[in-house]
Amino acid sequence: MQRSSSTERGPLWRDPAVRALVIQAILLLALLGFIAMIVTNTLANLEARGITTGFGFLQERAGFSIPQTLIDYSGDSSYARTFVVGLLNTLLVSGMGIVAATIIGFAVGISRLSSNWLLAKLAAAYVEIFRNIPLLVQILFWYFAVLQALPSPRQSLSLFEAFFLNVRGLVVPAPEPLPEFSATLWALLLAVIVVVVLSVYARRRQTRTGKALPVFRLGALILIGLPLVVFLITGRPLSWEVPALTGFNFKGGVTVIPELVALWLALSIYTASFIAEIVRSGIQSVPQGQVEAARAISLPGGVILRKIVIPQAMRVIVPQLTSQYLNLTKNSSLATAIGYPDLVAVFAGTALNQTGQAIEIVAITMAVYLLISLVVSALMNLYNARTLLKER
Amino acid sequence: MATRTEMIEARRPPDMRRGAVGWLRANLFNGPLNSMLSLVAIVLLTMALWPLAQWALIDADWLGSTREACTGEGACWVFISARFETIIYGFYPDAERWRVDIVLALMALLIAWLAIPRLPAKRWVGLFALVGFPVLAFVLLLGGHFGLEAVPTREWGGLMLTLTVATVGIVGSLPIGVVLALGRRSQMPLVRSLCVVFIEFWRGVPLITVLFMASVMLPLFVPTEVEFDKLLRALIGIMFFWSAYMAEVVRGGLQAIPSGQEEAAKALGMGYWRRMGLIVLPQALKLVIPGIVNTFIALFKDTSLVLIIGLFDLLAIIRAGLTDSNWLGFATEGYVFAALMFWVFCFSMSRYSQYIERRLHTGH
Repeated sequence: MQRSSSTERGPLWRDPAVRALVIQAILLLALLGFIAMIVTNTLANLEARGITTGFGFLQERAGFSIPQTLIDYSGDSSYARTFVVGLLNTLLVSGMGIVAATIIGFAVGISRLSSNWLLAKLAAAYVEIFRNIPLLVQILFWYFAVLQALPSPRQSLSLFEAFFLNVRGLVVPAPEPLPEFSATLWALLLAVIVVVVLSVYARRRQTRTGKALPVFRLGALILIGLPLVVFLITGRPLSWEVPALTGFNFKGGVTVIPELVALWLALSIYTASFIAEIVRSGIQSVPQGQVEAARAISLPGGVILRKIVIPQAMRVIVPQLTSQYLNLTKNSSLATAIGYPDLVAVFAGTALNQTGQAIEIVAITMAVYLLISLVVSALMNLYNARTLLKER
Repeated sequence: MATRTEMIEARRPPDMRRGAVGWLRANLFNGPLNSMLSLVAIVLLTMALWPLAQWALIDADWLGSTREACTGEGACWVFISARFETIIYGFYPDAERWRVDIVLALMALLIAWLAIPRLPAKRWVGLFALVGFPVLAFVLLLGGHFGLEAVPTREWGGLMLTLTVATVGIVGSLPIGVVLALGRRSQMPLVRSLCVVFIEFWRGVPLITVLFMASVMLPLFVPTEVEFDKLLRALIGIMFFWSAYMAEVVRGGLQAIPSGQEEAAKALGMGYWRRMGLIVLPQALKLVIPGIVNTFIALFKDTSLVLIIGLFDLLAIIRAGLTDSNWLGFATEGYVFAALMFWVFCFSMSRYSQYIERRLHTGH
């Protein structure tokens, strides 16, 4: 510390720089002491209880089965495999939930701003009801009160004799692609590439000449048309395996387990009520003057919506929307309450009970969620930086 | 560019009719699309609401105390009324329930006092609510002193446990959150980075994993001989978890206060704590009251998660009642009632937050 004369600058404890240093030093010592205490306590406790440490258990045989697996899994698989199965199930229900919640949320949010009184009030009622009921109650309600009350497989509710809903879940036809079907997939990929190139070209052309291409309609036409044409040319190489009732259960088709249905419904409906509010506030955040100015230069209503309102509303909506998606992903961990085999249920639940290695397993589970959060936040910061209001 | 060459045709004068028909025409049937939407909505609404009313009110069974009272046509609310005491008090001993009554009544009184703006002495009542009341409630509920019989926390349950968890979470997370928010804006790099890591960690993980951590990992962190109460462990987890969210809300308020405020306080020779306590925090907290109440609502809803680590809160008590062999098959009634209870609390909180927001909106 450079101090020319202590009489001028006052006593040492009044110097902010010295004080900051001392406070931080004390904090660091306290923190280190705290960590050291925890580590010694934990090691002593683990030894007293005879629990092994380390991540070796990941290679051991898990020995339990999981009702829904997206990859090959059996009782002989390792705990590492259990982890992957659980993670994939978490991502599956989160992805499904995000899509459904976005659709419902945008519909409800826009309805709340409708000039139709009844529609606006209905949307408001939706938001106020589902936002104020705990997600866990909703999950339990859908699972125990609705899905468990469905009829047995023999009395299934059926739609077109192809979709069946019963107490064991939703049975839907399974697609059976023939080898020629890959051509359709390639066509889809090609269509995506063409649309991307087209939109880049359209933007450049518009900046150069001021003339706009109908990118949305053209894009939709290419995206749907190209794969469809290829599909028809190759002779419709896709058949459906329709489930059929044999004995007491269904054979064939894909069974969506009721846990997934309940969790998906609850997550989508609950999160949609938050998304609806975000959409509403986003649209309302666009100043009325923007719309009036657009009308004054006689832009048609659709263009006002697409080129003036939505881009500005999105700047408000997207960051909050992402945090809702993150919440949905984290909330999917409530699956454990109804036994949907997500990461928390199979890994931090069954695997933890079997191995007793609480620290490693809870740490891995938390790290996964933390990683997802941090990656999404980093992407969000990038987006924010790009769409930041450019003040001139 | 669109250019008109002909005159726009004269429009009819605006419809000035008032009354029910005029209102209907303006709000429900202005244009074919809106008319169709309204009709669809009305049809769907009657299709949904009428059976619901029939089930929940008209055909429902209200009176009785046993399963025989349920006719099976509509909802059987006897399921709820028969175990209403358990839903409120959990397994709290019958003879000691007056203690819970006192605490709940006092809590209602304090909340009402603080919530109604006209009542005087807010500062002292608030201080009592934050400091005196928790101590009093703790002594009364737990017992073991002053001749009160001790009631271990494993006998706590129902609404009383839900309110305990929510109150401790709220009272605990707000001050920790304020400290974290201040720490995140600190000039000292170590303090700042510690706060950032703390906040981002809790915000990045689901509450369930926090509760798992509290119930399986926390006992490993303390010396073997220390007995760690299950409820206390859950409370610690909940408090830390929500303090991180609270910190972000408070930080939003701190950022909204112009730096001139702090500079002016500095110029008057105020130290850090006086600057924060007297100038910055009162303004910042006032700005973010809606955010704080929203966090409270989220916290209140998430108290139901303690069910997963085996505590018997409101939801868990109702769920436990559903497995009673005398009362199988009343899941709908049980969960609808649980939803209603939570809804009433959360909805009134959100309405109060909107009211206070309007009241505090003094305009700048």
